Amino acid sequence: MRRTRAAGLVAAFAATALALTACGSSTSGSGSSSSTSSSSSSDSSSSAATGASSAPAGSSTASSSGSGSASGSTSGSASSGSGSATAGGGGAPGSVVIGSANFSESELLMNIYADALKAKGVTVSLKPAIGSREVYLPALKDGSIDLIPEYTGVLLAYFDKNSTATSSEDIYKALPAAVGPDLKVLDQAKAEDKDSITVSAETASKYNLKSIGDLKSVAGDLTLGAPPEFKTRADGIPGLKAKYGVEFGDFKTLDAGGPLTVNALKNGQIDAGDLFTTDPAIEANKFVVLQDPENLYTAQNIVPLINAAKSTPTIEAALNAVSAKLETTTLVDLNAKVGSGSDPATVAADWVKSQGLG
Amino acid sequence: MIGDWWSYLTDPDNWDGRNGLWANIVEHVTYSGIAVGVALLIAFPLGLWIGHTGRGATLVVGTVNASRALPTFGLMVLLFILISPHFTGKTDLPYILPVEIVLLLLAVPPILSNTYAGLQSVDPAVRDAARGMGMTGGQVLRQVELPNAYPLIMSGLRSAALQVIATATVGAYIGLGGLGAPIYDATQQGPFQDTESSHLATGELLTGAFLVAALALLIDLVLATIQRYTTSRGITGRYRSSSDLVAPSEVAVRAAEGRTDLAPGGQQVAAL
Repeated sequence: MRRTRAAGLVAAFAATALALTACGSSTSGSGSSSSTSSSSSSDSSSSAATGASSAPAGSSTASSSGSGSASGSTSGSASSGSGSATAGGGGAPGSVVIGSANFSESELLMNIYADALKAKGVTVSLKPAIGSREVYLPALKDGSIDLIPEYTGVLLAYFDKNSTATSSEDIYKALPAAVGPDLKVLDQAKAEDKDSITVSAETASKYNLKSIGDLKSVAGDLTLGAPPEFKTRADGIPGLKAKYGVEFGDFKTLDAGGPLTVNALKNGQIDAGDLFTTDPAIEANKFVVLQDPENLYTAQNIVPLINAAKSTPTIEAALNAVSAKLETTTLVDLNAKVGSGSDPATVAADWVKSQGLG
Repeated sequence: MIGDWWSYLTDPDNWDGRNGLWANIVEHVTYSGIAVGVALLIAFPLGLWIGHTGRGATLVVGTVNASRALPTFGLMVLLFILISPHFTGKTDLPYILPVEIVLLLLAVPPILSNTYAGLQSVDPAVRDAARGMGMTGGQVLRQVELPNAYPLIMSGLRSAALQVIATATVGAYIGLGGLGAPIYDATQQGPFQDTESSHLATGELLTGAFLVAALALLIDLVLATIQRYTTSRGITGRYRSSSDLVAPSEVAVRAAEGRTDLAPGGQQVAAL
């Protein structure tokens, strides 16, 4: 009998371990990180070239960081975990670890940043598919990663839950103070990608749905599909209830605007889904993006968020050059390429080359 | 951390409702039960047949064991992508089927190989003795091989149940409930940081993990108890008093006689 008990204990531990690894592997993705460093021979020439081209972009970031320091009161207790602030001014291009969220557009942007930085001689390593904002922002703060593509509105909402800013400009102005002195927001792109409540064409015509508010009377019979963090986020279920009085009858935990959500919406397992507005699947499946007159989903321009200690003029110039070229239509095009099976790294490399960034 | 866990676990609000912990436990037990049940229906007869006849052992057991190398998570997502277009409307089948299939693949190998190994490990002398006494093939299987192989078969079932209960958590990733739901949901809500929402996520994560462990422990205990009271006493050597004790060699003889259910007494042994 003693053997049975011991076996039971072992069983319990094994079960816990298996359960945790099973779920852990899904969130941390492949966990693979690839590292590439440029050849040292080309360093001097490329960084010199950057110095010349980066002058205008550099001035714009200076102004944004200036507003940050004006309002951010805490002194330089800079607790960024990575002690090796190799940055330095002048010529050193620096090195960064770029992360991405667990959806394909974020991975695509990560690859675009990586290619643009590599071209300027920056040493880059990648940590793709980390997870949701609630997981990767702490990683950015503790120095596990240095740079991540972000979306302005949701980024502000993460740091400042009470913010009322909805326009691109207001949000971007509020960001430097909100993220604090350890993190730095670089130039935002024109490209925008929002969360949305999206329904199928049949559902839209059946209930005569145009805006999210139209769901109020029927949502009790409908199922919403969204990623797990949607349950607690300010612009998720709590926001739907507060701004529109919409409460769905059932919630299905799916992925962040990925194939699970698209499939479930297409096949009717869910009635409404949280899809990204740059998702080519919306057009392809004739989904209807419900209008959002109350601005539940605020302006979401793409912006590089970097650990201030790791930022160098070379890095900032390269990333701001990327932001200057990124349009919403670019994202839709590139997402469509990735969606049709192309490797995000290849799609990113091709685009960076075609824009003269790499 | 422990405080987060305890306050989440003991908050009755977290247990009720469609997505509450009770619902998660019921779903988890259902999915696991279906997988182990179907695996038993497939693997047990197959294992008996292979073990009894010795036919196809290398091929079948080898193939089934090789299937253990299949990556559960990847296969589940692949199956979901393949299966889901064939279902329309409000049905959970496109979520349940992929999970049940991968759990089935996980549960079959331990049951099959343990049933086969249990039958193989029966002493040939015992089998020969049974045959020599005029037992038919079916009688040998039912009255000699099966009772002797029973502890090993049960341990296969227990390890299958354990693996399935632990792995059924992956179903949460494709939107199925179960005890994976609190674990997976919490990982995406940023646990282990010092904010209010994070403490809640930490509690949710640890509660999910704790309940999976507790459930595995409970089910293993139930199966162990069943095993204890259903194993032939000729095999376990457990008797009520010391006067009942018999030598292991006599156990074999008694097993061969098919008298596994009889309480051994001095007279019966003498009668041999």
